[in-house]
Amino acid sequence: MITPFIIKALDKKASWVVAILVAIAILVPIANLALPRDSAFHIPNYAISLMGKYTCYALLALALDLVWGYCGILSLGHGAFFALGGYAMGMYLMRQIGTRGVYGDPVLPDFMVFLNWKELPWFWYGFDMFWFAAIMILFVPGLLAFVFGWFAFRSRVTGVYLSIITQAMTYALLLAFFRNEMGFGGNNGLTDFKDILGFNIQADGTRAALFAASCIALALSFLICSGIVRSKFGKVLVAVRDAESRSRFFGYRVENVKLFVFVVSAMMAGVAGALYVPQVGIINPGEFAPANSIEVVVWTAVGGRGTLVGPIIGAVLVNVGKTFFTAAFPEFWLFALGALFVGVTLFLPKGIVGSVSGLFGRVRKTEDQHPNIHSAAKEAAAE
Amino acid sequence: MLKPIRFLVILLMLPLLALPAAAQSDPKDLINALSQGKLRERIAQVEAIAATGESEVVPALQALKNGDLYFKKSDNTVYIAKKSGRDLALLDPITGEEIEVVPSGAVEKIKVNNSLRRLIKQAVGGLTLMSKDPSVRISAAQTIFDSGDPESLELLEEAIAAEEDPTVRKKMDLARAAVILNTDAPDETKIEAVDLVAENGGRNVLSILKAVTFNASPAVAEAANKAVGQIERTLVLWDYGQTIWYGISLGSVLLLAAIGLAVTFGVMGVINMAHGEMVMLGAYTTFVVQEIIRNSFPELFNYSLLIALPLAFAVSGGCGLILERGVIRFLYGRPLETLLATWGVSLILQQGVRTIFGPTNKEVGNPDWMSGAYELGGLVITANRLWIVVFSLFVFAALFVVLKKTPFGLQMRAVTQNRKMASSMGIRTPWVDAFTFALGSGIAGIAGVALSQISNVSPNLGQSYIIDSFMVVVFGGVGNLWGTLIGAMTLGVANKFLEPFAGAVLAKILILVFIILFIQKRPRGLFALKGRAVEA
Repeated sequence: MITPFIIKALDKKASWVVAILVAIAILVPIANLALPRDSAFHIPNYAISLMGKYTCYALLALALDLVWGYCGILSLGHGAFFALGGYAMGMYLMRQIGTRGVYGDPVLPDFMVFLNWKELPWFWYGFDMFWFAAIMILFVPGLLAFVFGWFAFRSRVTGVYLSIITQAMTYALLLAFFRNEMGFGGNNGLTDFKDILGFNIQADGTRAALFAASCIALALSFLICSGIVRSKFGKVLVAVRDAESRSRFFGYRVENVKLFVFVVSAMMAGVAGALYVPQVGIINPGEFAPANSIEVVVWTAVGGRGTLVGPIIGAVLVNVGKTFFTAAFPEFWLFALGALFVGVTLFLPKGIVGSVSGLFGRVRKTEDQHPNIHSAAKEAAAE
Repeated sequence: MLKPIRFLVILLMLPLLALPAAAQSDPKDLINALSQGKLRERIAQVEAIAATGESEVVPALQALKNGDLYFKKSDNTVYIAKKSGRDLALLDPITGEEIEVVPSGAVEKIKVNNSLRRLIKQAVGGLTLMSKDPSVRISAAQTIFDSGDPESLELLEEAIAAEEDPTVRKKMDLARAAVILNTDAPDETKIEAVDLVAENGGRNVLSILKAVTFNASPAVAEAANKAVGQIERTLVLWDYGQTIWYGISLGSVLLLAAIGLAVTFGVMGVINMAHGEMVMLGAYTTFVVQEIIRNSFPELFNYSLLIALPLAFAVSGGCGLILERGVIRFLYGRPLETLLATWGVSLILQQGVRTIFGPTNKEVGNPDWMSGAYELGGLVITANRLWIVVFSLFVFAALFVVLKKTPFGLQMRAVTQNRKMASSMGIRTPWVDAFTFALGSGIAGIAGVALSQISNVSPNLGQSYIIDSFMVVVFGGVGNLWGTLIGAMTLGVANKFLEPFAGAVLAKILILVFIILFIQKRPRGLFALKGRAVEA
């Protein structure tokens, strides 16, 4: 069962991508740790944490692409799953601080002592163990996606409506996490982490290891996505994207198909968030902001939705641009991002990867079903 | 009890006294005279001051009663003194202006005793109750009503007998009833008083009546209890009314923000993420108009909003037209991508405004006719909120007329209902789209004029409304203006009803969750369009 899945997932192109990611995961830490500082190939520490951040973003964009590019569900709330995964990791890291906090309480994190709380809220139990936190990183975003998707897809909320309610979801979570009473540190979020799995989180070695872990996670997720997309199920996915009603008439359980990818994608986003938090050292409610989620969409769109490499390239490119512009011309960045949104949707509807592969004549049809058939199917559905 | 009568006699003899005392009838001199003489002579001095009948002597008398009246040892002039660090600040006894600050050794306190205090109290009551100015009399009656001091009863009754103005008299009657409740009058009188006080209603009588229920005879207490219950019931009703009003007020803001979005979404199925920025442009137009008016034609300031309205419509509408022609028309049939492109446009507009006007909040003034508040029974209604409710309903009605009664509206509705058919009938759908978009954006602009009056004008103004506007449109249903109206009002009122026991943030979260669940039940909103248009 598993072996054919992997074989199918590892077609020529996918194996290249996985190989490159694994190579990066090995070589970059070596270049950072082993090479002398004055070597031309030495990678400085700040670059490691930046690259680690980009890798997490790439994973998030890949997760979004799975639902948007392949299933036509434009989620404007993927930042919520990312942030939930991040919070789960943050809670584990908070519990690791122990008595080294400002108030020195062995159990309660600083902000709870500050708020005069006497005991740990129930949902913080278990987060002192890594395995539990690791399960929660997958489980919490997955559960939210399952409940949300269960309701939304069964009642056939589609298109813009779905986008807007996903946005409402992340907005509601944003407001909720801002409340001190929620027990997640309110406005300030969770920060001031000390160590992860016993290693100092600030140490060079830990940072390099976290970067390598992010790359491996990205490679694994790529493998999973590739496997899903190339399987028979992946064909159904694309069918649902291009003609939902017709797929339903063929007898496919459209809502189950959608629900499955939505949950998988949410879990991936959760993992991305969990790897992101130790590398940037903070998680706060700002991560839930609807604008963040929309930005993820543009990474995917720039790179090319409906391709698996596209979102990775898009996320890295846009974020490198962001780092550069916000430092060099801070005023200019929003203009550039805005123009990117407009430009990509107008001139590069398939994104960079889609357009480039189009130029080389190896077009995989990603969209553009015959319009008449398309609307005919929909009209039939309406009657 | 004789003293007030003596005081009144003196008051009546005022014209007679005035002749010999002419030299001393200037209130300032009379007050300064307090620095001389013994305590015994002070009664006459106070009576003389009261006899001037001028309410301007009241502060000096009050100060004397409270022991704040001092005279300077050097020249025997009298001042009201206020502690200022270790020293005393001397205030003019009549105007209350600060004259100088002196060490406490330089002045001496003018002594008073209890009988003098009582006399002063009555004199002050008399001066104000008998004042020529009705508003002073009303506030005097209010003071007595609040204090319920039994000693002022006789004075009050005299004043009632002399009073001719019915509204003042009513106030005085009420004060008298409050006073009676504190005396040992017979039960029937007290019950009458309870009725009178209860009739007046309001929050402030509650405490008076509640006090009565504890220390009066059973019959009176029962009457008071009944009255308390009644008043509390009406107060609850008024509270509901106030909450509904706040809800309507919030709803009208939502309506203004969402109605343009409803037009563009309804006709074109396009979600315009830059809609909030159109609102922001309207608000900034108002700001610019006000700046120009302030600098060049300050006398026109009260009309600034009226001038800003058409301009904001033009600016935002123009932007909308450019946006439609430049970007959106290439993306028809791809609603999700339109959403992204307009989001990009919104970022550009925000940053553009930030670059031109700076990131800080801009001050947009309220014209005179929009400030102040009205009281309607137990409701407090601020003028700017009232105007915004009126304005939003006006915009709604105007848009309704445009849609239903003009040829353009007819074409718009035709395109909404069946684009292909409308096109076959010769309607130029691209232009209908363009102008519909311009119309929706223009409405957002005039919404911005209104919102500039109640919220901060900053580059982020649009962002704070955009999600709420989406919620309204999605909740109300697309392609139906009534849906938007009812959606906005429902959400506004529901939000305000949840706020008292859930808190503002939680209320908003609950509303969002409710909408998410509601969409599951009715994926096309409250008022969904039926028929083929639905999935087209």
